Amino acid sequence: MSEVTAIERPEEKRDEVESAVVRFAGDSGDGMQLTGTQFTLTAALAGNDLATFPDFPAEIRAPAGTTFGVSAFQINFGARRIMTSGDDLDVLVVMNPAALITNLSDVKPGGIVIADTGSFTDRNLAKAGYDGNPLDDDSLDKYRVVKIDMSRLTVEAVKDYGLSNKDALRSKNMWALGLVYWMYGRRRKASTDWLNAKFEKRPEIAGANIAALNAGHAFGETAEMPAEIGGYNIPAAEIAPGLYRTVTGTDAIALGLLAGTRLANLGLTFCSYPITPASALLHQLAAMKEFGVVTFQAEDEIAAVGAAIGASYAGSLGVTSSSGPGIALKMEAIGLAIATELPLIIVNSQRAGPSTGMPTKTEQSDLYQAVFGRNADAPLPVISVSSSTDGFEVAIEAVRLATKFMTPVMLLTDGYLANASEPWLIPDMADYAPFEVKFRTDPKDFQPFTRDDDTLARPWVKPGTPQLAHRIGGIERADGSGHISYDADNHQKMTDLRAAKINGIADDIPEQEIDQGEAGASLVVVGWGSTYGPISRAVNNMRNEGFNVAHIHLRYIWPLPRNLGDLLKGFGQVLVPEMNKGQLVTLLRAQYLVAAEGFNKVNGKPFLINELETAIRGRLEN
Amino acid sequence: MNVQTAPEKLTAKDYATDQEVRWCPGCGDYAILKSVQRTLADLQADPEQTVFVSGIGCAARFPYYMETYGFHTIHGRSPAIATGVKLANPELDVWVVGGDGDMLSIGGNHTMHVLRRNVDLQILLFNNEIYGLTKGQYSPTSHIGTRSPSTPFGSVDRPVSAAQFAIGAGGRFVARSVDILQKHLPVVLKRAYENKGASFVEIFQNCLVYNDAVFSHFTEKSVQADMQIHVEHGEPLIFGTESNKGLRMKNDVLELEIVTIGEDGVTEGDILLHDETNRPLAMLLASMQPPAFPVALGVLYCDPAPTYDGAVHDQVNAIKDEKGEGDFDKLLRQGHTWEV
Ligand SMILES: Cc1ncc(C[n+]2csc(CCOP(=O)(O)OP(=O)(O)O)c2C)c(N)n1
Ligand code: SF4
Ligand SMILES: [Mg+2]
Repeated sequence: MSEVTAIERPEEKRDEVESAVVRFAGDSGDGMQLTGTQFTLTAALAGNDLATFPDFPAEIRAPAGTTFGVSAFQINFGARRIMTSGDDLDVLVVMNPAALITNLSDVKPGGIVIADTGSFTDRNLAKAGYDGNPLDDDSLDKYRVVKIDMSRLTVEAVKDYGLSNKDALRSKNMWALGLVYWMYGRRRKASTDWLNAKFEKRPEIAGANIAALNAGHAFGETAEMPAEIGGYNIPAAEIAPGLYRTVTGTDAIALGLLAGTRLANLGLTFCSYPITPASALLHQLAAMKEFGVVTFQAEDEIAAVGAAIGASYAGSLGVTSSSGPGIALKMEAIGLAIATELPLIIVNSQRAGPSTGMPTKTEQSDLYQAVFGRNADAPLPVISVSSSTDGFEVAIEAVRLATKFMTPVMLLTDGYLANASEPWLIPDMADYAPFEVKFRTDPKDFQPFTRDDDTLARPWVKPGTPQLAHRIGGIERADGSGHISYDADNHQKMTDLRAAKINGIADDIPEQEIDQGEAGASLVVVGWGSTYGPISRAVNNMRNEGFNVAHIHLRYIWPLPRNLGDLLKGFGQVLVPEMNKGQLVTLLRAQYLVAAEGFNKVNGKPFLINELETAIRGRLEN
Repeated sequence: MNVQTAPEKLTAKDYATDQEVRWCPGCGDYAILKSVQRTLADLQADPEQTVFVSGIGCAARFPYYMETYGFHTIHGRSPAIATGVKLANPELDVWVVGGDGDMLSIGGNHTMHVLRRNVDLQILLFNNEIYGLTKGQYSPTSHIGTRSPSTPFGSVDRPVSAAQFAIGAGGRFVARSVDILQKHLPVVLKRAYENKGASFVEIFQNCLVYNDAVFSHFTEKSVQADMQIHVEHGEPLIFGTESNKGLRMKNDVLELEIVTIGEDGVTEGDILLHDETNRPLAMLLASMQPPAFPVALGVLYCDPAPTYDGAVHDQVNAIKDEKGEGDFDKLLRQGHTWEV
């Protein structure tokens, strides 16, 4: 079968739309993540802006056909700036009844549901909890349902490749992808190239998958589709020119950590213990050995942070990473790094909790833990990532702060950002000013706890440096000499100095800017972390409707930017949406005595744009 | 004419700091400190390339008294922190010091993993069978019946043997000595220093205040000869006041027995030779307990293997050789890219 490009189709059949949200959902074994990734790549190549969200089951091998074994991949792509992976679905592709029952409520009224009838067997219907077949009754009347026996059509399409029925059915996802490619006038070349490369050693598998992809595409083309479901055209978005790739938040942080240590001219020693959704960072950095990155999978989170501290003590940059439960285990050691004033980066990929909670679901409920969660007065800077691509800048900033101020830095990201991807204008490292670390080597008047006049940072000395042998530790250190000291006045002074050093970071970071809208607006929405996308879009929509609303998004959680208090006091109302029970809002109220109001949800899912619009509208329309 | 002066030889004193030592007068830790300082002087170890890392406890105060680099960390975590030091700079000579609580209770997990990984460290466990710093509670090495503030009627749980634990965890160098054995201890420490890998040394240490004389049944001068056997590789396992007692494998069972040379036709030739590369033998020696057996001291086991820190860096270097030094701009452009 030859590839027919969408360009050859009569254009009048295609409706132009600004953006669309498509979700592929099926059994864990149906290859939905691969399908989504391929669709993403093709959308990017077509010049769309986009955001994606993979949603996979917590169980590794959930029984086939069950609701808890459903794996889904969502993409929002468009001709305009895309801020989130999308609220409601325009198109839902379901490969079995379980995928239908778990995903249907997210489809817009009038949205398209494409179902593989071949998998709607009595057995699968029963496993999903259906009494009858929803494809046969009126329960889906709200939607435009396309019933296709994709299973049978796939088996037919690949029959020349001599595969078993089971193996043939593995190409079903490519059949579905081909059909959706047709719907959006997409070229198949990137995916066929990818299949040929991936199955280079097994050409029959590559051939079968390509045949299925082409068959799905041809199905749309040969007008076998219901008349009311035509093709769509989503033009390229206006995007800054340059070279792009997609990155997940994890990719961006991994690259940013390496970029940061290169700018600081330091080795990177990354120590971690596996935990969802943080493990991917360990996996990525473990594969970067040609850059001299040393990774250590420790026996537990405590050992991981311990080894990172040991590495920093020895003159490399120690970085550790985990999710909330693991961060809890690291806290005593983080206190040691605060006390001994060593650089360290702790990356927290937050997940829904407490305890094991919902490991694969997102939340931003570790802000208290990050800012306050240690024994004694133990301040450290906390910074947060607001989009997948932002991880690169934030990781570089973490390295800069840790080394400039000789302090542990907590970097907050979350389960959504860890997996969600978006296009990234690949940066040019020449645009980044190096911040090379100067280790102390001069023995003249050396004392381990003297301080830089500006930053209050103590000197960093590599063991092995001639004439600078000294001892440090967690017992309170005498100001200057660092000798053990139980002196009351000294403890007061050292505690004050540690706090002043961290507070002083506020003078080193940029003042808070307003992301959208004007100072003094009737209402400001203040967010942090991964809520950036939905807040930004919601505020944009409300402003287009004429509401006087602004958006402020914080990167720096502690210390807060020095102008933030005055800025907030100028707005009529302050609304703080968070995926927790109200943590930043408490911090803002405590710091500034402002009447900030929380808007909170913890259902494991990112905010929807319309939830935020409703909240804003409710406060501005009386 | 230029007079060449030889670089001054460092003495034990050069390894001591000016800090006032705060152990209780008479504590076994003093003797160990002296032995370590003497050993470093004998080795002419470079103080600037030497790091002492410790956890928390009386024993763990050690780094403050050594004129080297030192890091007094948190309870139980010193093996992990020392691992990080070696990952960042494998060239450093790193010693880890801690007590029985520090390394076998709160930090037992890290001790196990540092041993099985064979991180190149000298690990000195000061075993006083008590929690000294927190005022005398029983510890995981305390024998059953130990009366302490937390066990006023005697402890009821069975203790762990540090040396057996270390061998079981996969340690490749396991040795033992006693605080007061000022000739024996430096020899053992030197062996530990020379071994590349995790060198584990259990040092029986008297806590005068909370557990005085708990080892006297084998450390008292009067019983030393009969209750200690100093093992040496390749030498017969002989002990006793008259050097006429020896160890022999029993026939048919995997057990050691004590025999007397000159009795029942036993000759010196019948006595087992110590083979420090023999792991099962090391385990048998480590498990010997008075009064039935003497306590085995010296290098019980030494069978070097590649170190973890070495292997990590070898792998990094091999990948650099294979792929070439990483090109960061290329990494940024990895995967599918497109031009807008
Ligand atoms: C996290 C933590 N838990 C408990 C303590 C209290 N603590 C300090 S030292 C110690 C035990 C010390 O015993 P050991 O390690 O045998 O050392 P020794 O004092 O006997 O030399 C304990 C329980 C602590 N410092 N930190
Ligand atoms: S309490 Fe015991 S171990 Fe601690 S210093 Fe005193 S004698 Fe030594
Ligand atoms: Mg002890």
